[in-house]
Amino acid sequence: MSLPFLDWLGPQEWQAIRLSVQVSLVATILSLPLAIAVAWLLARRNFPGHGLVSGLVHLPLILPPVVTGYLLLITFGTKGPVGRLLEPFGIIFAFRWTGAALAAAIMSFPLTVRAIRLGFEAVDPKLEQAAATLGAPRIWIFLTVTLPLIFPAILAGATLGFAKAMGEFGATITFVSNIPGKTQTLPSAIYALLEQPGGEGPAMRLVLVSIVVALSAVIGSEYLARRMAARR
Amino acid sequence: MSLSVDIRHQFPGLDLNVAFEAPTGVTALFGPSGCGKSTTVNAIAGLMRPDSGRIVLDGRALYDSDRRIDLPPQARRIGCVFQDARLFPHMTVAANLRYPARFRKGAARDFDRIVEMLALGPLLNRRPSTLSGGERQRTAIGRALLSDPQLLIMDEPLAALDDARKEEIMPWLERLRDEVQLPILYVSHSVAEVLRLATTVVLMQKGRVAHSGPLTQILADPELAPQLGAREAGALITGTVEAREADGMVRVATSAGPLLLADLDAQPGQMLRLRILAHEIILSREAPVGLSALNVLPATVTAVSDGLVQLKLGDQKALAQVTPRSVEVLGLTPGTPCFAVIKSVAMARS
Repeated sequence: MSLPFLDWLGPQEWQAIRLSVQVSLVATILSLPLAIAVAWLLARRNFPGHGLVSGLVHLPLILPPVVTGYLLLITFGTKGPVGRLLEPFGIIFAFRWTGAALAAAIMSFPLTVRAIRLGFEAVDPKLEQAAATLGAPRIWIFLTVTLPLIFPAILAGATLGFAKAMGEFGATITFVSNIPGKTQTLPSAIYALLEQPGGEGPAMRLVLVSIVVALSAVIGSEYLARRMAARR
Repeated sequence: MSLSVDIRHQFPGLDLNVAFEAPTGVTALFGPSGCGKSTTVNAIAGLMRPDSGRIVLDGRALYDSDRRIDLPPQARRIGCVFQDARLFPHMTVAANLRYPARFRKGAARDFDRIVEMLALGPLLNRRPSTLSGGERQRTAIGRALLSDPQLLIMDEPLAALDDARKEEIMPWLERLRDEVQLPILYVSHSVAEVLRLATTVVLMQKGRVAHSGPLTQILADPELAPQLGAREAGALITGTVEAREADGMVRVATSAGPLLLADLDAQPGQMLRLRILAHEIILSREAPVGLSALNVLPATVTAVSDGLVQLKLGDQKALAQVTPRSVEVLGLTPGTPCFAVIKSVAMARS
């Protein structure tokens, strides 16, 4: 650690950043296919229970995060109905970074779905009809016409989801606690530092990191979306 | 190859009940906006399911409510050219043209021929957003042809273009009609397009077929011609260029007799589609003498209706616009022999 840049933060802070990025990336990437599917369902299909599905997806946005975290704990904890089923397969969420990823995925899901759903609604179904008259099967139309056209919306949704996951605190700390090196994400670390005497300095540095990560995610995706649009 | 349609569909504002046949050649679906033209072609293409009826293409049922047949658009083999072209904006022209190749292998080998026929070569690497309206429609036509269709539907393909662009694309459509052995269903509310392209006309009004038949027959029908617009009533006569005379006039042989045309750039032997409008014909009971008009043909009155007199000119029908007073004074009744003085003849196609 000879670089002054690296010395700027202590090992525990670096660990929190690394863990946060890992948790957010995993949460975003693994939930993205499901988010695309749910967004498509909500944008393009009319089925009984449409409102219920929409409500369930948006629930984490409205519920107090501590409630979501508690519900995750009693469902996916080692004693919970789902947690107990998954434990023999080595899939454990409680008090692990995987639990933090699950909490982040659920909390960011409504934002990701919303952005992608708007993308689906903006695609002209007449283009998909044209593809159908040219003989393309529906799945092929989805992959070659619909998905490329909503790529900017997927990018925007994923970025928004990533930023939300980086900032997730309430559900995460309730579900997986705040164990340094195991479940202590960036916001949890800031919270822990603020509880300690003399922790304001390192906390402020982590706050700056949060701002830089969030800003670069948003600016980066805008840049990509604009480059995509320019190719049209 | 032919298409047979008999469908019924009801939705707010329109009660659709149409039946017609479309043989090889261009069948124009003609009528005012909102008469159900687009709904009808969408049903044929499989983009909309009618309440009941039958759609049969070349002996193959595409839709039959009694037999519970409803093929998806993918299985219908109908190429569509829409008013808004509907090119894929994220693909180049070449990628748009090759899009159907994966599923309709039959037409893939025609790629070079169709690119050449529609002069798409210089556009292949461009994106749709950089094309003019006319170039977009040419690409859309090429893409539809490369889907190896058994029927081509063109839904107002020129409606979004200005007059100059229409003129630019029209020759391609004429070429398509003459070179591609396909039934073409052409939706339009423009009389000019119908006159220039159609071989068969289906007149639609308020969700019903008012009349259908060969264009020549409809133009010369005093009851139907006004539906195309009063100024457009008249005759469509085909003739063959015989010779260019010393003074530059061109002599065209028709079944009714020779016609002399000025300012015509045509070669001997060429087939022409000529239009004689009803208000360009003067009728005379006697063979007229001392007239400046060059074209006087013997004719027989076959019907009289509402200021329009139907004539038999050779083996073709024509209409003359005559006031009710003249009808009475000249005693124009069916069977009366007379002479048609033709003031001018227009070309319907080059």
